[in-house]
Amino acid sequence: MLAYSLKRLLLAVLVAVTVSVGSFALLRAAGDPAVAMAGHSATASDIEFIRETYGFNRPLPVQYADWLVKALQGDFGESLYFRMPVSRMLADKLPTTMTLGGLALAFALCVGLPLGIIAAIRPNSWIDRAALLVSVTGQAMPTFWFALVLVVLFSITFPLLPPSGSGTWKHFVMPTVVLGYYATPAIMRLTRAGMLEVLASDYIRTARAKGLHPAVVLLKHALRNAVIPVVSLSAVQFGFMLGGSVVVETVFALHGTGQLAWESISRSDLPTVQAIVLVLSSFYVVLSLIADLLNAWLDPRIRVA
Amino acid sequence: MSHALRAVAAAATAILLSFAAPAPASAGKADDTLNIAWAGELPTLDRYFNVLREGELVARMVFDSLLTVDPQTFDYKPLLASSYRFVDNRTIEFELRRDVRFHDGEPFDADDVVYTLNLMADPATRVLSRQNVDWIEKVEKIDTHMVRLTMKAPTPLALEYLSGPLLIYPRDYYSKVGSQGMGLRPVGTGPYKVTAFDPGKRIVFEANRAYFDGSPKGRPTIGRIVQRTIPDQNTQIAELLSGGVDWIWNVPNDQAAKLASMPNVVVQNAQTMRFGYLAFDASNRTGHASPVNDVRVRQAIAHSIDRKTIVKRLVRGASEVIDAVCFPTQFGCVQDVATYDYDPVKAKALLAEAGYPNGLDIEFHAYRDRPVAEAMIGYMKAVGINAKLTYLQYEALRDKVYNGETDFTFMSWGSYSINDAAASVSQFFKGSKDDYARDPQVIGWLEGADSAIDPATRKDLYGKALRRIAEQAYWQPLFTYNVNYVHSKDIAFTPTADEIPRFYAVTWK
Repeated sequence: MLAYSLKRLLLAVLVAVTVSVGSFALLRAAGDPAVAMAGHSATASDIEFIRETYGFNRPLPVQYADWLVKALQGDFGESLYFRMPVSRMLADKLPTTMTLGGLALAFALCVGLPLGIIAAIRPNSWIDRAALLVSVTGQAMPTFWFALVLVVLFSITFPLLPPSGSGTWKHFVMPTVVLGYYATPAIMRLTRAGMLEVLASDYIRTARAKGLHPAVVLLKHALRNAVIPVVSLSAVQFGFMLGGSVVVETVFALHGTGQLAWESISRSDLPTVQAIVLVLSSFYVVLSLIADLLNAWLDPRIRVA
Repeated sequence: MSHALRAVAAAATAILLSFAAPAPASAGKADDTLNIAWAGELPTLDRYFNVLREGELVARMVFDSLLTVDPQTFDYKPLLASSYRFVDNRTIEFELRRDVRFHDGEPFDADDVVYTLNLMADPATRVLSRQNVDWIEKVEKIDTHMVRLTMKAPTPLALEYLSGPLLIYPRDYYSKVGSQGMGLRPVGTGPYKVTAFDPGKRIVFEANRAYFDGSPKGRPTIGRIVQRTIPDQNTQIAELLSGGVDWIWNVPNDQAAKLASMPNVVVQNAQTMRFGYLAFDASNRTGHASPVNDVRVRQAIAHSIDRKTIVKRLVRGASEVIDAVCFPTQFGCVQDVATYDYDPVKAKALLAEAGYPNGLDIEFHAYRDRPVAEAMIGYMKAVGINAKLTYLQYEALRDKVYNGETDFTFMSWGSYSINDAAASVSQFFKGSKDDYARDPQVIGWLEGADSAIDPATRKDLYGKALRRIAEQAYWQPLFTYNVNYVHSKDIAFTPTADEIPRFYAVTWK
């Protein structure tokens, strides 16, 4: 287990480093940050001035090394755009994204788990088909479309919820549903598949034969085993939602890290983008590391794979 | 955005608009709060360190400059100065107002003017738009309410800079808190003061009840203005329809047309100083022999495009076709230049004459208005010009332009809202990295025009340059842009051609 954990940890660090190098190189390739900073009306000399002032004319490896050393000490530099410490901006925006991600995951679990269980109990019934429909629409519907439909319904036709902004719980209702709905199908399908497999196994037949209450068989014996892959999937889904909430945050003007990342990319605010990529990918790496270790602990066969 | 996504977005807006119930009476008027939204995130409220147009809107509310421009007549009017006079063509003296106080109660005087302008003109201060300040040599105090400004060289745009970007800051406050402090908690003399600023999210303004009488900006009448940053256009519309905001802008024409039919909503379309143009590599900066090095090919391209139809069908609104490389109201922007009307037959003839009887292939770059770029490609194809479009982010395209890697490009220019040809033609034809023509004659005329003070001389020189540029088809000017302002019926709002909404002049109806 220790050898496996170490191997897995080393891999995680490698992934994080690769992501940081990759994002650094890609961002530089996307356009001159000095041009982006100077704005659309700047003259050539304005841009030259900024390039020198901010050191964008130094060799790329030097710029990367400089950034990495500071980042490892928790100093992500100053946002080229907001001219304030990136760490402070992240501290300001991460809670919004975390809240949204957490709520959305909770929503997805609350909808996906029961639907998956019910669908597994009655395979090929109308409930199973309805669950399949939920899963297909959830994956096929563009999030911003779904978001707008909700806005029309609940902000304009029936003005119950604010269409955008943050501050009250009401602001989080629609974003949570939209983001959560997107994550629901995977959880539902995995639950259904796991339950179907477990329900067909010998020990469940034994449990039933012993005359145990069906609910006990289902929730205590079957679900416990079927849900294991769902737990690791949820960890990964949570990581995905932290990074993938750009559209939802933009549509609902939630001002979290997703939207900040999107805006920062478009204005080549390199220190901000790099910090977000590093923090979110580290988060993702840590979550999948935990999931992997958890799986290895649960199923010893994985360790030798 | 891909075509499919764009189509879905358009359909989503259609749903939004067709299901939308009439907007409820806005809460804004009831509690004397004007709620406005825009997409731009302001990094700082220190105007010398942000370059966004939204920054200009905020600056005009919070700060004053020595002079101001009448948005309708473009005349200069004293603002923080009570009067000014040219001592010679490099020196201006300003008599200052005595009844002005900053938001923190400090009285305004010559020290503030001397401090601000000298500080910002110092290269070490690193203000972002150097051209606004580079021309200032020094500013001296004559007495408490009198200053003298000396230019490095005669600068025809001096009054333009002094009436817009050169805001006056309070010396004591700024020297204490610096740009970062000013950026978060600005203190000015303007009609509104900032009471809260959450960068990237919102700004709260309160009327400055002590604003000085007799300001050409007028006294503020609305008690509170709250700005929110909403990046998504559809969300802005939803907020407007649900009464959450009272004012939005830059609404695309399709959506604006639908919104215009709604009760409680007013749509105003106005022309802006921004115009679109095609820029050709006339001086062979790319290094490879490009067809557009030949004037006849440039003229053929110009003749091949039906600009009138593009304006009528695609750009719409108050936009119009232009022929000179400047905005028509700009000082020195003459109109008696060579024009290139839609004439595909002539275009083909010119191509044949240039040695391309069977047409040609060429690279074409653009960064905005893809439908317009594609329409132009269609027109060019009809005369045998196969333009291969590379659509890029502005930053990446500007990089290519600087490095001399583009044959011809579809670009736009807003002249920083300065009503003078120096801000358009001189920007691109005076031999800088942006100059694809590199015409020594044009450069000479423009250098003369930009350093002369006599209006007649300047006009004459700009005219010469503009006529030569048109005749050589270094650029093909296309059309002016327009902006849709959409707001609640409760407010009286007047759009201006300089694309600077003046919220301090908005009143309740």
